[in-house]
Amino acid sequence: MAGVLVFGEVKDGKLKKTSREALSIAKKLGAGDVAAFASDRAVAEEAGRYGAKKLFVASIGPYTTEIYTSALQQAIAQMQPSIVLFGGTSNGRDLAPRMAARLNVGVASDVDRLEWTNGKLRARRPVYSGKAFATVEVTGTPAIATTRPNAFPAEESGGGAAEVVEIAAPSIDAKAKLIETKVPEAGELTIAEADIIVSGGRGLKEAANFSLIRDLAHAIGGAVGASRATVDAGWIDHQHQVGQTGRVVSPNLYIAAGVSGAIQHLAGMSSSKHIVAINKDPEAPIFRVADLGVVGDLFQIVPALTEEVKKAKTH
Amino acid sequence: MNSVVCIAQVPDTEARIKIAGGNRRIDEVGLKFIVSPYDEFALEEAIRIKDAKGGDVMVIAFGPDRVQLALRECLARGANKAMHVKGEVADADSLGIAKVLAAAIKSVPHDVVFFGKQGVGTDNSLVGPMVAELLGYPQVNVVTHLEVGDGKLTAHREIEGAEEIIEASLPAVVTAQKGLNEPRYAPLKGIMAAKKIPIEAKSVADLGLQDSDIFNQRVTVVSLELPPEKSGGRKIDGGDAANAAKEILKYMREEAKAL
Ligand SMILES: Cc1cc2nc3c(=O)[nH]c(=O)nc-3n(C[C@H](O)[C@H](O)[C@H](O)COP(=O)(O)OP(=O)(O)OC[C@H]3O[C@@H](n4cnc5c(N)ncnc54)[C@H](O)[C@@H]3O)c2cc1C
Ligand SMILES: Nc1ncnc2c1ncn2[C@@H]1O[C@H](COP(=O)(O)O)[C@@H](O)[C@H]1O
Repeated sequence: MAGVLVFGEVKDGKLKKTSREALSIAKKLGAGDVAAFASDRAVAEEAGRYGAKKLFVASIGPYTTEIYTSALQQAIAQMQPSIVLFGGTSNGRDLAPRMAARLNVGVASDVDRLEWTNGKLRARRPVYSGKAFATVEVTGTPAIATTRPNAFPAEESGGGAAEVVEIAAPSIDAKAKLIETKVPEAGELTIAEADIIVSGGRGLKEAANFSLIRDLAHAIGGAVGASRATVDAGWIDHQHQVGQTGRVVSPNLYIAAGVSGAIQHLAGMSSSKHIVAINKDPEAPIFRVADLGVVGDLFQIVPALTEEVKKAKTH
Repeated sequence: MNSVVCIAQVPDTEARIKIAGGNRRIDEVGLKFIVSPYDEFALEEAIRIKDAKGGDVMVIAFGPDRVQLALRECLARGANKAMHVKGEVADADSLGIAKVLAAAIKSVPHDVVFFGKQGVGTDNSLVGPMVAELLGYPQVNVVTHLEVGDGKLTAHREIEGAEEIIEASLPAVVTAQKGLNEPRYAPLKGIMAAKKIPIEAKSVADLGLQDSDIFNQRVTVVSLELPPEKSGGRKIDGGDAANAAKEILKYMREEAKAL
């Protein structure tokens, strides 16, 4: 029993960023060879670059819980890994607990640090809205964890294409079937995996003013985030909500404009690497987590910043 | 159409978290507990199904005596049956909790089994799919729209930047996301009526389970720490917007290396 198996989620013939991050940390754990499991052999070369020696491939199409669980189970049975990692995407977090229950093992979810010492997987996970960090130990074989998006860097380690091992598509009659996938706002970046997020809050005053946030986000190449107050007011879809009852994000850069920084909002973004806050109230709690706080009127500053960014990009 | 709703009782999201002696748990003294916010969407959906189609809504919670308060709250809102499985839930891992709930669910009639998409606070998002696997049921996770029909359900599932429409046979597990519905407050007459409904109490042993499999060492908390106090960074005056924009751009380029 050795090695790490990583669930390699495929989108448009490529590995999702969170899967590449999981592969990179898998390699660094020093728990033996890294392998990936994916639904498309097209990612063999990419998986290799991020450290996988082997790629278990089951041609099972788009994600559905039961089929993927059974296929992954076969890969686990063949490889007998010490650890199985899942990038913390919607599908990773759907599959990991199902797999764990089947194997009668535990899971550390949404971890932002991982270590393999003396045959035990140690993980750190933020809890209580980032008001505390729990370090947990996962025993049992394999030890399972899901990684928090953006918490681990995706780094190539220079390997050649992973050796492809075919897994037979499971011949089970799934009780849940995917009927349709709807992509509502085509082209818009999603906050889950974005490197840069620009968020707006109630300080925007009305729905139409979200265009200020969108313009800045588009200029920088970032995704649009929102506070719950604006989602509840119907100014923007819930997909954009950052926070305890929205998405937890850790982008490289988080810009918040007209967001007060309620504890439930901070829960979703305080682990961002660089935080800029624009708020007219110098006492706003968002300034406690901001690396750069700007006390002023967002209606003046945000458009000015959009212009500066556009200028900088054309130079 | 019978529904079961699994209810996690969690610390109030506004509460200050203190760490208890031993550095492995939170200090529960004086802590206010609430029904986990996502479980409210789960409960509301179950009540709506009952109102439309008849049947029961049973709420189940596994935990110490304090969870009875959460169950009473759910009864007041419209659940009509409740079960309390007694046990120190902090000593169990998610799979242990799932095993307890799966056994409890098996002991009552059910077509749809509801969970929150995550228990707010510990934020694991594990128990629902684990129960689905243990019971051999299909699961639809992070559901924002649900229609329950004859022998099957159709659910909208939220994923990154898209929405999936999934059809599943009953019985099935559904985990509720915000947006599924608008949870109601408990009406006064509900609060009075709820007091008369008995809460069925069971132990882990009553469900035919071994303590050693529930309160186990699969996942153990080694330490719980408060994050280092962030003091906040540089603060500048944005009275001159053009100047402030330049400062931000400089920060983005030089420190965040984001352009
Ligand atoms: C159980 C629970 C879960 C929750 N989950 C979430 C969650 O996931 N995400 C979340 O965000 N919230 C969440 N909340 C809500 C949270 O408590 C706050 O109510 C919410 O975050 C406030 O949103 P806001 O900052 O946009 O609005 P406000 O708090 O009203 O802040 C608006 C800010 O804009 C500033 N402002 C106004 N005009 C200007 C201007 N011209 N220029 C610059 N600044 C200006 C003001 O100074 C103020 O600070 C939750 C609450 C509960 C109880
Ligand atoms: N002790 C518990 N008793 C009843 N239901 C629970 C318990 N813990 C978790 N749940 C349910 O499982 C969901 C997901 O919890 P978690 O996996 O801890 O994030 C919650 O929203 C509840 O519906």
